[in-house]
Amino acid sequence: MSDVDITAARAVDEPGFVRPNLKRRMLEGRAVKNNVLTVLTWIIAILAAIPLVSVIFMLLMRGGTRLFGADFVEVLTALPPAGFEMGGGIGPAIVGTLAMVGIASVISVPFGIMAAIYLAILGPTSKLATTARFLAKVLTGFPSILAGVFVYAVLVANFGYSPWAGGVALAVLMLPTVVLAAEEAIAQVPQRMKDAAFGIGCTRTQVIWKVVLPTGLPGILTGVMLAIAGAAGESAPLLFTALFSSYYIESLSAVNNPTASLSILIYNFSGMPFENQIELAWTASLVLVLIVLVFNILARLFGQPKD
Amino acid sequence: MPNNPFTQAGSSSTITRPPSGAERTGDTVFRGIAYACAGLIVLLVIAILWQLGREAAPAMAEHGLGFWYGTTWDVNKEQFGVLPEIWGTLYSSLLALLLGGIFGIAIAIFLTQDFIHHRLAVVFRTIVELLAAIPSVVYGLWGIYVLIPLIRPAADWLHEQLGWFPLFGTSMSGPGLAPAALVLAIMILPTVAAISVDAFRRIPYKVKEAAYGMGTTKWEAILKVMLPTASSGILAALVLGFGRALGETMALAMLIGNANQISWSLFAPANTLASLLASNFPEAGAVEVQALMYAALVLLLITFIVNVVGLAVQQYTMRKFEGKQ
Repeated sequence: MSDVDITAARAVDEPGFVRPNLKRRMLEGRAVKNNVLTVLTWIIAILAAIPLVSVIFMLLMRGGTRLFGADFVEVLTALPPAGFEMGGGIGPAIVGTLAMVGIASVISVPFGIMAAIYLAILGPTSKLATTARFLAKVLTGFPSILAGVFVYAVLVANFGYSPWAGGVALAVLMLPTVVLAAEEAIAQVPQRMKDAAFGIGCTRTQVIWKVVLPTGLPGILTGVMLAIAGAAGESAPLLFTALFSSYYIESLSAVNNPTASLSILIYNFSGMPFENQIELAWTASLVLVLIVLVFNILARLFGQPKD
Repeated sequence: MPNNPFTQAGSSSTITRPPSGAERTGDTVFRGIAYACAGLIVLLVIAILWQLGREAAPAMAEHGLGFWYGTTWDVNKEQFGVLPEIWGTLYSSLLALLLGGIFGIAIAIFLTQDFIHHRLAVVFRTIVELLAAIPSVVYGLWGIYVLIPLIRPAADWLHEQLGWFPLFGTSMSGPGLAPAALVLAIMILPTVAAISVDAFRRIPYKVKEAAYGMGTTKWEAILKVMLPTASSGILAALVLGFGRALGETMALAMLIGNANQISWSLFAPANTLASLLASNFPEAGAVEVQALMYAALVLLLITFIVNVVGLAVQQYTMRKFEGKQ
């Protein structure tokens, strides 16, 4: 690599000066160590990709046969089968999941964005903002099952299982994600744009509505989509808030109205000794992963113009 | 622009004017709502703590501190103790942290230290992020039907050959600690990798140039310069990953076997606090619900401490690199 002898000039007049060895040899200890570690890193990187490949392969092989087969309409719309029954589908679970994620979004998105506006613009260094920001960060690491326990104590113990209880539990989990993502997006709106708006006599509300929110929208939407994707895949908080049901939800009643969801269907069917149910669990997993994936892709699309 | 407002200075169509009274009222109301929404986050946390505390109060009075070190969970005798669950939670999370940590940090190095072209790195990063997007139940299903059959022969072989070693002390009959910890490791890997990548990215490029300039090999630069510089960020990644692992529920409820025992063996079934809640709550009677609320409080306390430590370390790292120069 380096045949240029840069030490030649000094070496002559300093007795005892040892020339540093600037040649790199392949079998030198440090070179070998370097190469071994590089190979190891490549192996680890490839190993880490294996689970994902395996999960996707299994989803397509075991879930795909049913979903992309001839009776896909039945799979997507029929009621789940009982015991030894053949056929059946996951219709109620799909509707239930979408309904509860919808409820959770309706609750958490407006609250989350308003809170983010306060944290990013109205009082970024106030005591309330510092506390709220810290607690939102703590909540992102909050075990999802505890959201279920909380909602059980507040809603289910009084009104029974319902899509609202499930939706509220999901909203508790979505809220910190929405707040933190929206705050970051809003904080990135350039100060001079806000200054210009203030300069022509806008109130803070007008600055926020007409300048900050439209400019920060892509970032906010990215956060919202990621929060929805996360909520759609959640199951622990639904376990004892929405429970499960084999039928379509007939109303959005908040009293004694157990609701099906894809994730609980997978959980229930995964332990059953019937091949038909296990196959449906894989199909439901594929549908669930596709739903989550759609929201993830949407998040990336919204996030793109920023780069 | 046919009628440019700036050319008609003094006329009523100018766009600069002070806000009207209605606009000012609207502004006050809007700011009040935003303030209330920020307060809502604080109220939510207080409500969670208060509600769990209130529901758990009877059980706390009944079982006291004995709940923490009791080893039986018997509804009929009304004896409740969560030591096996605390053990299982910490043991499975530490195993997952060991595996997920090594893999996560290695992947962060792989992505940031010029091992592959940066376009390929973006693709690989997306793959790692997709690992995080797969729902917990799907990992559970995958664990039951792919992972357990896959590792069972290896587990039984290890038990036969090295059965005297506590870690391989039992044979694997199905669900157990090993598949649970493996799936957990896969699930926390994206968290550890993402935060570590940020830690590496935050190091100024000249640090790496200086190391190379002194004639280090790539790995000498990574091990002796980059890793120590990023160490606090990596620590934060590990602590936050650990917090994730502690609270993970569904995959564990499906894979760990829900057995109330304390064992060193990797292949024995165990239980965690979160999966105890998941599997017992739906059918619990009033007395058991109180005990479960106490267990939820224990889980909340443990994860809260771990997360606060992780966030504090992360904050410290950010300040170190961005604050005072």
